[in-house]
Amino acid sequence: MNNDWRARNHPAYWAFVVHRASGVLLTLFLPLHFWALGQALTGEEKLESFLRWSDQPLVKIAEVALVLLLAAHMTGGLRLLALEFLAWRDWHKSLLSVAAGIALAAGLLFLLNLY
Amino acid sequence: MSAERGNVRIQVLLWTAQRATAALLAVCVLVHLVTIIYAVRNGLSAAEILGRTRGSAGWAAFYGLFVVAVAVHAPIGLRNILGESLRWRGAGVDAVMAALALALVAGGLRAVYAVVT
Amino acid sequence: MSTLNVRVWRGTEAGAYQEFEVPRLESQTVLDVVTYIQRTLDPSLAYRFACRVGMCGSCAMTVNGRSRWTCRTHVDKVADGARLEIAPLRNLPVVRDLVTDMAPFFDKWARARGRFRGAATRKEDFARVSPSSTQRRHADAGIECIGCAVCYSGCDVVSWNPDYLGPAALNRAWTLVNDVRDVENRERIRAVAGDAGCHACHTHMTCTERCPKQISPTAAISGLKRAAALAALRGDLDRD
Repeated sequence: MNNDWRARNHPAYWAFVVHRASGVLLTLFLPLHFWALGQALTGEEKLESFLRWSDQPLVKIAEVALVLLLAAHMTGGLRLLALEFLAWRDWHKSLLSVAAGIALAAGLLFLLNLY
Repeated sequence: MSAERGNVRIQVLLWTAQRATAALLAVCVLVHLVTIIYAVRNGLSAAEILGRTRGSAGWAAFYGLFVVAVAVHAPIGLRNILGESLRWRGAGVDAVMAALALALVAGGLRAVYAVVT
Repeated sequence: MSTLNVRVWRGTEAGAYQEFEVPRLESQTVLDVVTYIQRTLDPSLAYRFACRVGMCGSCAMTVNGRSRWTCRTHVDKVADGARLEIAPLRNLPVVRDLVTDMAPFFDKWARARGRFRGAATRKEDFARVSPSSTQRRHADAGIECIGCAVCYSGCDVVSWNPDYLGPAALNRAWTLVNDVRDVENRERIRAVAGDAGCHACHTHMTCTERCPKQISPTAAISGLKRAAALAALRGDLDRD
């Protein structure tokens, strides 16, 4: 018999979910990212036209999401490195809120700079 | 189980490589995020991006390192996920992950080349 | 007099919940509820307990989805309204009703080399171990474990990876890695490293959340990860 959400409903577990989901989504995004930048191989025009295509609101929303995912994965990962490599301390529990806060700040900064 | 035991050293080295690249990527991602946030001000254009990266040995080195680190980091993580969610373990998934690493290096370095030349 | 609506797991892995109405009393524990059911309502209910005062860990079950000691769980603290759901520990074969087969749990303990191996004889002097030394503090943080399997029951990696040794076995191994008298630590680190060992832990920390003795297996496992990485780089994992 397996555990359900009642056993999993605590902060460190959600941190794991965010970290794993963001990692998978970012990995899926990478080929698109590499392809888009690779458009510059033949010169500026193709990259420029891709960037103009990306000017539409839905794509911008997706970009904000991607920045959030990247920031969350990074801050969550730094939290994990602290948990695994630094000697155990009680303040480790608040690492989670710090990580989440920084990730959200990064997303917000991106959004603010878009407009 | 005995096959697992025999590969313990490799598994530990994979874990170590993933954590080492994680530390390196933390720096790379921080630089990347700052660059992105700066670059999108007043709109993004190919001319602006390429104006920064073209002919730059510094950006070439930075993004080249970034690509290699991601190509090591992501497949190792994905290997865990596939093993735990799809129960896909063993030589098959290991080979696919190795292939993914090579594909990421190839695609990534091609993109780096595209923006620095 | 108010009553509790209690759903209790009956059967093996293939089974179903059976409902009982149990009188609700002040300061009642979940173990009291289970005992009432077996003594008064249905003698065929199988369950385990021993000390009933929070020392032995035998009464561990899953209550409203969370693994815990039922003798130390007041109904008032966990009852969802007036409802209780009582099931056996997770991740272990179900013998019957609320009783699980603990053998896999202790087998993994043994596989993690969770037992002390010394080299001193009665002819030698006592080992001198300072309680305030770093290693002894690490060991002391984990030695109160009584093997109740609450952490093992809550661990998702155990569910996802049948070979994973689990938090308790790894915590015990860490206490021995930090025991300066133990002579088997090279083999022990080889035993606990890798995909079936400490490296499979994803720091969900459900074990640390649920441990009734406030032990943090996550901290112990992090220690093992560091020790194993060092061992790998030193070449200690080269040969089995």
